[in-house]
Amino acid sequence: MPELDSVVNALKSAFPDAIEDVQVFRGDTTVIVSRERLLDICRYCRDTEGLEYDFLSDVAGVDYYPAEPRFGLAYSLYSMNRNASLRLKLMLPGEDPVVDSVTPVYPAANWQEREYLDLLGITFTGHPDPRRILLPDDWEGHPLRKDYPLGYETVQFSFNYDEIAKHKPLAQK
Amino acid sequence: MTTVSEEYDWAAPLEPLKNLVSERALSGETMVLNMGPQHPSTHGVLRLVLELDGETVVNCIPDIGYLHTGIEKNMESKKYEGALVMTDRMDYLNNMGNNLVYCLAIEKLAELDVPLRAQYLRVIGAELTRLNSHLVWLGTHAMDIGAMSLFLYCFRERERILDMFEMISGQRMMTSYIRPGGVWRDITPDFLPTLRGFLDDFPRRIDEYETLLTNNPLWRDRTQGIGFISAEDAIALGCSGPTLRGSGVAWDIRKAIPYSAYDQFDFDVPVGRNGDVYDRYMVRVEELRQSLRILNQAVKNLPNGPFRSNNRKYVPPPRSELGHSMEAVIHHFKLWTEGFRPPKGEVYVRVESPRGELGCFLVSDGSPRPWRAHFRTPSFIHLSALPAMSQGYMIADLVGIIGSVDIVLGDSDR
Amino acid sequence: MGVGQKLGDLGVVTVRLEDAVNWARTNAMWPMLFGLACCAIEMMSTQASNYDMSRFGMELNRPSPRQSDLMIVAGRVARKMAPVLRQLYDQMPDPKWVVSMGDCASCSGVFNNYALVQGVDEIVPVDVYVAGCPPRPEQLIHGIITLHERVKQERYAYWFEKENA
Repeated sequence: MPELDSVVNALKSAFPDAIEDVQVFRGDTTVIVSRERLLDICRYCRDTEGLEYDFLSDVAGVDYYPAEPRFGLAYSLYSMNRNASLRLKLMLPGEDPVVDSVTPVYPAANWQEREYLDLLGITFTGHPDPRRILLPDDWEGHPLRKDYPLGYETVQFSFNYDEIAKHKPLAQK
Repeated sequence: MTTVSEEYDWAAPLEPLKNLVSERALSGETMVLNMGPQHPSTHGVLRLVLELDGETVVNCIPDIGYLHTGIEKNMESKKYEGALVMTDRMDYLNNMGNNLVYCLAIEKLAELDVPLRAQYLRVIGAELTRLNSHLVWLGTHAMDIGAMSLFLYCFRERERILDMFEMISGQRMMTSYIRPGGVWRDITPDFLPTLRGFLDDFPRRIDEYETLLTNNPLWRDRTQGIGFISAEDAIALGCSGPTLRGSGVAWDIRKAIPYSAYDQFDFDVPVGRNGDVYDRYMVRVEELRQSLRILNQAVKNLPNGPFRSNNRKYVPPPRSELGHSMEAVIHHFKLWTEGFRPPKGEVYVRVESPRGELGCFLVSDGSPRPWRAHFRTPSFIHLSALPAMSQGYMIADLVGIIGSVDIVLGDSDR
Repeated sequence: MGVGQKLGDLGVVTVRLEDAVNWARTNAMWPMLFGLACCAIEMMSTQASNYDMSRFGMELNRPSPRQSDLMIVAGRVARKMAPVLRQLYDQMPDPKWVVSMGDCASCSGVFNNYALVQGVDEIVPVDVYVAGCPPRPEQLIHGIITLHERVKQERYAYWFEKENA
């Protein structure tokens, strides 16, 4: 796709040291960027003529445990004028998952970043409202991490009826 | 005499929210009111913390998570086909749309081709779901603002749609009808006549709803000029679907990035001008008519042919082959015990749900279970835009504004 | 039921107090509007035109727990919602009943994970479980009629003892 090549080339010439890799899979272009320049790259993508990625569709966080760097954050950008998509991706190490918040550039990222603060335990510096969003404030751990158990509860059968019934005192009416 | 309010430390309970409310709230000058999570007009279990100056909303802080189901985590522990049933229950008014986006993501990963008949059946399913969802929205939105009878009318028509779902899938709501590589089964012979009867009938019903609301002075007073959001703000905040189109941006994913044979249909994208609650209402009502246009074309041009892909690595063989083909038995056994293994990779797919852009980010590591399934859900994003829409309006208008963005809490909390 | 067997122009009907009270309770049971998830939509269908729950005396869905005596837990209960649900239950005046509508409320259904309460009977006592994902309106009505049958069997002493316990 020549059009996407021009986008990638523009990014490469503007940030020669921050673009780590470019992957094309099933027609989606993913640009792997370094986390230090994320905010600048986002601002460049939004404001530059010919890129104009004004709509942040989605922020997706992935835990690649036990691989290292452990966390991945994929920002799906979309341009309303050009009807084109681009994905920016960055990798974060497991021991200090810290990244700049892109909320100043894309206000739509506000809650999506809070979601990963909550479920993956990633710290977003400069976020206007860093609180848990989906889970109660006193929750321990980050459930979307791969080393967090799913929390499976055994099904009640006749052989373990009493054992399970102990957890449900109110069901004995 | 010392009153309680003099001793009360207004700032203490607001400590976690202090950078979201104004300074006047910390001194007790403005009132902080809790709304929900159990409130008849929050459409489920939404909680709002409101800062009020008299009756004017100064700040609105949504608090979600009261329906957090852990669907994304739960899907990682199931096989691709088994995880499909979870997507139904995510946005429970757009079941087929959720199936569709998940199946499209799997098909993009696996480069699986879907026959044209299946594409058309998917369009029929998705558009009927859109009608279903808009009917529930119209009924409850009108009821929030005070028009009770519309609720009864809308649910009367909705039952007919649910009957058709039951006809093709055996379930009223959680259909799981759209499967990777096609649909579950072909339609039954009595489905198309029923659908045609419904399509003949329904335009009159929409007119009926409109006579009750569109020019009703009470309805106009309660909806016009409130909940304004400009096109620039809507794009910056990530709004999509009717919420964005109400502000005048004609962006519809069915037109912009066509999926599932939508490029073969002729329909318009209705847009509003003012970006207020009334315009969002008009856009959705017009969408009901456009969905009918799509359905009419789909029924007329429904092609013959297979209803699911022939790729035996992903799609089970037909029942009739199991009796005489050993290979079919092996494929059937492998599919239902091991599941299929899409190649390693990451894809993002978006579809137009009744509420806006519904996206699925699917990561495969080559195993039969999804490594990560993430859903970009429109209600979640629209709720984060709710403060921008509601600041400066009366608290009584807030109910209308919440209704106009059409949130489903299951969609937002997942 | 004594009242139902009224014959001719008999002026006086005798019936046990318990029966009369229970009969009155079953025919004007006000459920609390407590929709959580998918089942709430089917609960709305049950109230709407085709199924019309008011045929069974459920004219009114009260948004306030203090005015209602039946809690239909319609949908999955998240851990964050559980304290709220219990508080609402405690705010309902006696006598009160709970219908657990759907698989998620009864045993968390397909979602066996960290986020959900594994069955609402962990936090409130449940009288009738309605199976289905989501249950059809007919199933919910059947559940409610089952509850009516149950209420008709109740002893007056039961609530009296519960109050003074």
